[in-house]
Amino acid sequence: MTVFNHYYSVLMQGFGHTLLASLIALIGSLVLGTLFAIMQVSSSKTGRVIGNIYVQVFRNIPLLIITLFLYLAVAKVIKMTGFVAGTVGLTLYTSAFIAESVRAGILSVDAGQMEGARANGLSFSQAMRVIVLPQAFRVAIPSLGNQFINLVKNSSILAFVGGLDLMYQGNLIAASSFDTFTTYIIIGCFYLVITMPLSYYVQYLERKLKKAA
Amino acid sequence: MENIKKRRFGIIASIVLVLVMVLTGIWMHFAIQNNTGHKDTLSRVEKKKQITWGVKADTKLFGLMNTKKAQPAGFEIDLAKAMTAQISKQTGTKLSASFVPVSAASRIQLLKNTNIDGLISTMTITPERAKIVDFTDSYFNAGQSLLVKKNSGIQSIQDMNSSKYTVLVVVGTTAAQETKKYAPKAKIVALQDYASAMQALKAGQGQALSTDNAILYGLATENPDYHLVGGVFTKAPYGMAFDHNQKPMTREANQALATLKANGTYNRLIEKWFKSVPGLNWHELEV
Repeated sequence: MTVFNHYYSVLMQGFGHTLLASLIALIGSLVLGTLFAIMQVSSSKTGRVIGNIYVQVFRNIPLLIITLFLYLAVAKVIKMTGFVAGTVGLTLYTSAFIAESVRAGILSVDAGQMEGARANGLSFSQAMRVIVLPQAFRVAIPSLGNQFINLVKNSSILAFVGGLDLMYQGNLIAASSFDTFTTYIIIGCFYLVITMPLSYYVQYLERKLKKAA
Repeated sequence: MENIKKRRFGIIASIVLVLVMVLTGIWMHFAIQNNTGHKDTLSRVEKKKQITWGVKADTKLFGLMNTKKAQPAGFEIDLAKAMTAQISKQTGTKLSASFVPVSAASRIQLLKNTNIDGLISTMTITPERAKIVDFTDSYFNAGQSLLVKKNSGIQSIQDMNSSKYTVLVVVGTTAAQETKKYAPKAKIVALQDYASAMQALKAGQGQALSTDNAILYGLATENPDYHLVGGVFTKAPYGMAFDHNQKPMTREANQALATLKANGTYNRLIEKWFKSVPGLNWHELEV
């Protein structure tokens, strides 16, 4: 508890950075992931190829390598801090997984839905937006929830590039207080503060959608 | 009928789970009692016939992993071997030295968990650390300095006292805590190890890398575009560390270190490792 009192402001700063990075990455990866999922199921061959390459590349490289590449190599061209590098890396990495979840959701929607919408005069993007995606997300929600919880935990990658997040502050506190156990237990609790409500919210959404269906 | 079956399954599963947890708890309790703290490091190493040293694996000149042999090499490694041989002579037990790579952030916990017996890992003797570990006499006099790019125009730590500068440090080093005192306005970013801190310096994530001069000399020999500036602005004597209240082990180690210094072994190792470092007068390091 002395660790908590003594380093309260640092912990809060770390908590804020973790929350902010997770939020940005969550929104960013959802948008990017959906985009690439649509590309993968689109009728355009180039779209499918690009979407496929993107997903395969970012899904199959460790997050740490993506982040270090951004922080150490890309930063020579485009200036970016550790926080930016970590958040962008997290967004790219997670978006590949989200693309797969959303794609599975889209494929679960009967092809007749798209055909029917198109036959009624809707364009591809209109049909996607109004008819297919709402149904696809309903199916994808459990796995999306998993991805989001993973995303929050993966944000600890920022610690490796000086991203000022919870894990980074935790490492510093552990090193200066010499109380490793207490520090990491406190850090773990802070992550729970974010992930527990998130996982309950996902469960709630699931139940609500089940009722609606 | 189905419900009763389900309920029975639930009850049995819960009982099994609780039993497993309780048994694990009891086992952990005993395991922790066995492992917590070195009861007596000296008798422990005599029983094992081996001293396990925690060493650096990412620090040129002191302890750097030789990727071909998969063994760390450096001044501290050689000193640890000489220390082990000398302690063997003193105690009359044949001891061998084994090495475990540690990081600045993890080394004290590894020592406390008895993963290692002693530390010889560019560790500065500080009053805070001396409260939780036992230090030997100093075996190397280092001091904090700055590594910057040759054309950066930065001459000293005072030059960096501005929010437009970022100083890179490594988690768990004294520099991580001391730099703030000398350049309170500069941003400080802590990286995980010297290799990534050096890469970050090259990528322009900071304008200077700060840590003990001895370590910076090692980095400067590999990166000729970078040099040390501003001299030494803190005193950082390195000591070997054992767990707290290990007086017999610390006494043996101090005696061994004194012998090595007196019989010339220490100076031979200094010459071996620091003779060819540009910009360093290795004779100053001799005792």
